[in-house]
Amino acid sequence: MIKVKNLTKRYAGQTAIRDLNFEVGRGEIMGFLGPNGAGKTTTMRILAGFMPATSGRASIAGFDVFEQSLQARSRLGYMPENVPLYNDMRVTEYLDYRATLKGVPHRRVGERVGDVKELCGLGEVERKLIGTLSKGYRQRVGLADALISEPDLLILDEPTIGLDPNQIRQVRELIKNLGKQHTILLSTHILPEVEMTCSRVIIIHKGRIEACDTPENLLNQIRQASGVVIEAKTGDDDGAEELKKISGVREVMIDQADGWQIFSLRVESGLDVREEIFRLAAARKWTLRELSQRRATLEDVFVEITHSNQIGLE
Amino acid sequence: MLDGDFALKMRKFYALLAREVRGYFHSPIAYIVLVFFLLVSGVDFYFQVSFMNQRPASYTVQEAFFNSVFFWFAFVLIFPLITMRLFSEEFKLGTIEPLMTAPVRDLQVVLAKFLGALVFYIVLWIPTLLYFAIFQKITHESAANSIGAYWGSYLMLLLLGMFYLSVGCLASVVTKNQIVAAIISFCAITLLFFLGLVQFILLDVSSGMRDALGYFSAIEHMGTYSRGIIDTRPIVLYLSMTVFMLALTYQAFQSRKWRL
Repeated sequence: MIKVKNLTKRYAGQTAIRDLNFEVGRGEIMGFLGPNGAGKTTTMRILAGFMPATSGRASIAGFDVFEQSLQARSRLGYMPENVPLYNDMRVTEYLDYRATLKGVPHRRVGERVGDVKELCGLGEVERKLIGTLSKGYRQRVGLADALISEPDLLILDEPTIGLDPNQIRQVRELIKNLGKQHTILLSTHILPEVEMTCSRVIIIHKGRIEACDTPENLLNQIRQASGVVIEAKTGDDDGAEELKKISGVREVMIDQADGWQIFSLRVESGLDVREEIFRLAAARKWTLRELSQRRATLEDVFVEITHSNQIGLE
Repeated sequence: MLDGDFALKMRKFYALLAREVRGYFHSPIAYIVLVFFLLVSGVDFYFQVSFMNQRPASYTVQEAFFNSVFFWFAFVLIFPLITMRLFSEEFKLGTIEPLMTAPVRDLQVVLAKFLGALVFYIVLWIPTLLYFAIFQKITHESAANSIGAYWGSYLMLLLLGMFYLSVGCLASVVTKNQIVAAIISFCAITLLFFLGLVQFILLDVSSGMRDALGYFSAIEHMGTYSRGIIDTRPIVLYLSMTVFMLALTYQAFQSRKWRL
């Protein structure tokens, strides 16, 4: 659906993205992650035909986004960052206008506008001026606009920014459902969202792709794959020394809180050492208050990649 | 198939145009311009009539109306107000992004914006027809020598309007600041307008030079046309200048992609 080859964009003296290469297949939901200023919006704008790349190629459904811009643009629904909208138009009026611009046949405009209003929960505000809408509703108008022509491909730049937790959940469900019929490329800062919705993830940092894989594979690759947290009273024993003897435990960190010792263990990935810890505690007669496993999240992957560059993640 | 393609293009163009025209009437600027313009032109009309009441004149009410200082004062001022928002507002609000990522051509957008401004400009002038109708109703006298004088005046208004609006379009496409756009177009239109007056100031230039400057004189053109004399030279001048300005606007609009 999307093919990107050696895509580079330079602004006056600055390189926003360099040598991007990736493909998104039909029906995939691709998550696009990266710190602010990493080049996510630039990449999405190039794909949406809003600006040309300095070098390299990108195509959508086989149409070059620059040479055959019109065909490429008519196959995608794009929701820009911060959703710029005409404040002087009413919601239904705006969606009618957008449907016509995107070439929805005249007799289907009413039907499509009705459908996207229902899908995005815009029924209550359909007569309101866009300028008077809250951030959440503006966001939904932007999403409705992207969906209106039933495009094969959706490009969503931070679709959940500025929404409250309930709305985020709604949008996430919506995206998941959309993923059944559409190919989706979305950028976001909310990592649990990506873990839950995306089939693949690209992590971009300083204009380069640092990782591109399924969320599961990314989690398996990072160093601090998983850990165990224990809160215990170990009496006279040196808890840390004892815990280190368990095979698979790499590192133990100790902390104190109201008379309890808190051990944070780093464990080799794929191992569950909780049972052994329980046996150890039972044998030594330690008092246990907590024994829990902490699973690595995409957040760990993200932080590891974007904060330290010494680890190669290929 | 080709017919269907053309129909689709026209439908998109019409949607863009309708949005531009509605945009005017959704904003207070339209009403401020309308009120200001009707006030000034109404006062102008009143003065011309009362002035002609006092002494015999060798011209008609209609000629006097279209050639007075009041008329030109209001005329030059309205163009920056009409055109300043066209592109600048879209750049400022960022709405240019959803607009240009929809499958529309740059040329469609430029032409829709120009025509939208032109429609508003024409709406601005329609009430002035009432002045003449009321005058004739009350005095039972004709305000003009012939119907042709009306055609001539309003045709010249349309030609001048197209040209000055296209200048305003160009001013608006180069900046995202509406005020800057207004100042640029105001300066450019005033300069163009006064170019035609230079012939009255520079008395010691050759007559050829004076004639040449006269060809650009909006005042002179209006003088001729408001008597009902349709000269083809201004038609060619203003239409070609409009096309030229719109071509520049189109180029400038396309260049935004490379400036980003």
